[in-house]
Amino acid sequence: MTIDDYERAPTVAVEDRQPALPEELRKLWETKPGFLGWLSSVDHKEIGIRYIITAFAFLIAGGVEALIFRLQLAGPNLHLLTPEQYDQLFTTHGMTMIFLYAGPVLTGFSNYLWPLLLGARDMALPRLNALSYWIYLCAGIFLYAAFAFGFGPNDGWFNYVPYAARAYNNGPNIDFYSLGMILLGISTTVGSTNFIVTFLRLRAPGMSINRVPILVWGTLTAAAANIFAIPAVSLAFFLLWMDRNLGTHFFDVPTGGQPLLWQHLFWMFGHPWVYAIVLPAMGMVSDGLPVFCRRPLVGYTVVALATVATMVLGFGVWVHHMFATGLPSVSLSFFSAASIIIAVPSAVGVFAWIATIWTGKPILTTAFLFFANFIVLFTIGGVSGYMTGSVPVDWQLTDTYFVVAHLHYVLIGINVFPVVGAVYFWFPKFTGRMMDERLGRWNFWTMFIGFNVGFFPMHISGLLGMPRRVYTYADGMGWDWLNLITTAGSYLFAIGVLMFLINVVRSYRNGPPAGDNPWDAPTLEWATSSPPPPYNFVVIPTVQSRHPLWEDRLGGETPGHSYVHAGLVLDHGRETVGTSPLDAEPDIILRMPKDSFAPLILSLTLTAIFIALAFNIWWLAIVGGLATGADIIFWLWPERGLGETAEPATNG
Amino acid sequence: MASRIALDGKLPVGAIDTRASGWWAMIFVVFTEASLFAYLLFSYFYLAVQPHLAGTFPQGGPPSLALALPNTAILLLSSVAIGWAQFNIERDDNRRLCWGLGIGAVLGMIFLVIQYFEWAQKPFTLASSSYGSLYFTVTGFHMAHVVVGVIMLWMLFAWSAMGYFNRVRYAHIHIGALYWHFVDAVWLAVFFTFYITPLLGMGS
Repeated sequence: MTIDDYERAPTVAVEDRQPALPEELRKLWETKPGFLGWLSSVDHKEIGIRYIITAFAFLIAGGVEALIFRLQLAGPNLHLLTPEQYDQLFTTHGMTMIFLYAGPVLTGFSNYLWPLLLGARDMALPRLNALSYWIYLCAGIFLYAAFAFGFGPNDGWFNYVPYAARAYNNGPNIDFYSLGMILLGISTTVGSTNFIVTFLRLRAPGMSINRVPILVWGTLTAAAANIFAIPAVSLAFFLLWMDRNLGTHFFDVPTGGQPLLWQHLFWMFGHPWVYAIVLPAMGMVSDGLPVFCRRPLVGYTVVALATVATMVLGFGVWVHHMFATGLPSVSLSFFSAASIIIAVPSAVGVFAWIATIWTGKPILTTAFLFFANFIVLFTIGGVSGYMTGSVPVDWQLTDTYFVVAHLHYVLIGINVFPVVGAVYFWFPKFTGRMMDERLGRWNFWTMFIGFNVGFFPMHISGLLGMPRRVYTYADGMGWDWLNLITTAGSYLFAIGVLMFLINVVRSYRNGPPAGDNPWDAPTLEWATSSPPPPYNFVVIPTVQSRHPLWEDRLGGETPGHSYVHAGLVLDHGRETVGTSPLDAEPDIILRMPKDSFAPLILSLTLTAIFIALAFNIWWLAIVGGLATGADIIFWLWPERGLGETAEPATNG
Repeated sequence: MASRIALDGKLPVGAIDTRASGWWAMIFVVFTEASLFAYLLFSYFYLAVQPHLAGTFPQGGPPSLALALPNTAILLLSSVAIGWAQFNIERDDNRRLCWGLGIGAVLGMIFLVIQYFEWAQKPFTLASSSYGSLYFTVTGFHMAHVVVGVIMLWMLFAWSAMGYFNRVRYAHIHIGALYWHFVDAVWLAVFFTFYITPLLGMGS
């Protein structure tokens, strides 16, 4: 085995009869031990776990911010916080939860799970994967460093002009927010590209697109939406930064600008983003819930199509955030209709999940409780969203606590509950240990009761006219006891989250061993060991159905027989098989990159540019730009080992 | 080893034609960049249809085509040169590959020089009005893409001259060319928006 040619006849083998193969693959794929190995790793599992842990750190930060300002709002006329402190706290809370937690945590799960679900050895572009994590981390630190120095964003997470303009907001707060969001947008774009390419090229042989798990559909849809939507918000923030720093006139009226341009650009991104941070979570439920109902998901095809349809419609509803801005009534009618129609594909999932429980034999694990009650919360959040899709109702409720209630039912109900359920479900795979079910029940009920006690009264305070974003309120408005209940509920919810964190730490240390497939689940990630080896699968599986591990019991419902422990060997270096986009016919042996420092260095040089722009240090921006360019050239230099140059690929 | 069976058919190994992962990634880079320009042009049209004093949008009347039209032709010719380079590497003609890449890169640089003169003769600045802000921001975004593209073409030229590519291994060339064709194509949208629509009555 010295030199491979440009093409090769791959070998196939049965896993059990290759005792030396696992060790051979481990040597090829394992990240070097130690800190330097950690910094250079491109293993999707490592990156996925980092994403999840970092996102939870931001969830805790954002949660603590909320607990502080809920104290301020517990009663009328309280002055725990100054108005400026309150503005920064609630804006940073929104920014953190929406941008630094809700999106990245789902990216983390998908990063970890995708190659395992698809029967691949890594993501299609492993170094880009590392890059997207490092930029995310840098952007999060960048935004939080500004907050720590008292320069956090202070204009609400959607940052409307003119209040965000220099004339009304003179500090550097909005500059940091703008630049941090552009940096974060790069990370999201990079990650989304990687998901799409992985979906199109790295599915196991035979895994045609109608056989991928729904989580894959959810994340794919979100990633595709990000590709088209992220440029809108990055551009909006860049134009705002130029208005504030270079004297341009995009958003100020006297010289021909228009404040509503901000709202259009922001919500053209913002509404698709809302779906991007819930569709993958719905996918996790669509895959996890049926396992505890002991049957396949009802209506796989319609759920997959509804996922895509929701997103397509989601690009045509952004104006429902702007009903009160004085747009022409024909525009309001169109966007109101679109916002109401979107309830149809959204409801498809609800009926599919209910039917799955109804016709299954539910096992009431903690994960099941989180997944099943997500349906309840999603329905409540969906109905309040449907209500505000109607223009006259929206005129009454916009900028009140009703909207706050709606968005928390949607984001906590459809993101946090499925995510916590997903941790209970996949923790055994991540760590090889089970989580504590008893503490899990306490965890679930505390969170569920705390959440509803905390957020349901907000509907009522909104209907009673309480505006959002006020730092305090007068007594005698009928809002006092509702706010007290909300604050009490939010603390109960926080205790529930704390129980979850305690359960994670305790189970990680002392949980009972899980085995490969503790839930007797049907998809490929459960076919490998827990935690999975660096190479994921000893041989590449061949897939003939949606439920490769349930084929014996589903009998005639599956078209053929999958092979999970017999298949392509691919041990001439880091390799995985590339397959055709629709039918997953093998068409290439892909050479995968080794661990590399290039992603880390690139994210540091990029961050240097953004720091330079924040402080207007132009020489540093130029140096950062040159270093970034040099790093990219180094990264893309054609490599023999990756089969990019005229000499044949070697094993080296 | 004995229990392994070699399959009958062979599969290519490494980064091959449109099966290279990087080629797929570049398609989505192009999609996201195209979206960026779509939002930039949306911003232009959105502000163009707002009420303006006569002669302020476009400031100084419709912009002159004297430099922009030939410059458009130069950029399109550079795409032809790159296409010719792609055609030749598939026939294993490394010398013509280098020529194609070099000519494409030089045409890109000429485009940048002419754009500099176009910018220099504008009577307004980035900060003088919303039109000036839009004009320099959108054309500036495009120029930044051309700069990245020209650097990329010179790197591909250098790698080609070093003999890195042949008629099987040319994924880098096709990936880079895809980006360059996009940069040229999107200029047509920018050109049409800024130079042609005012002649058709857009703005005031």
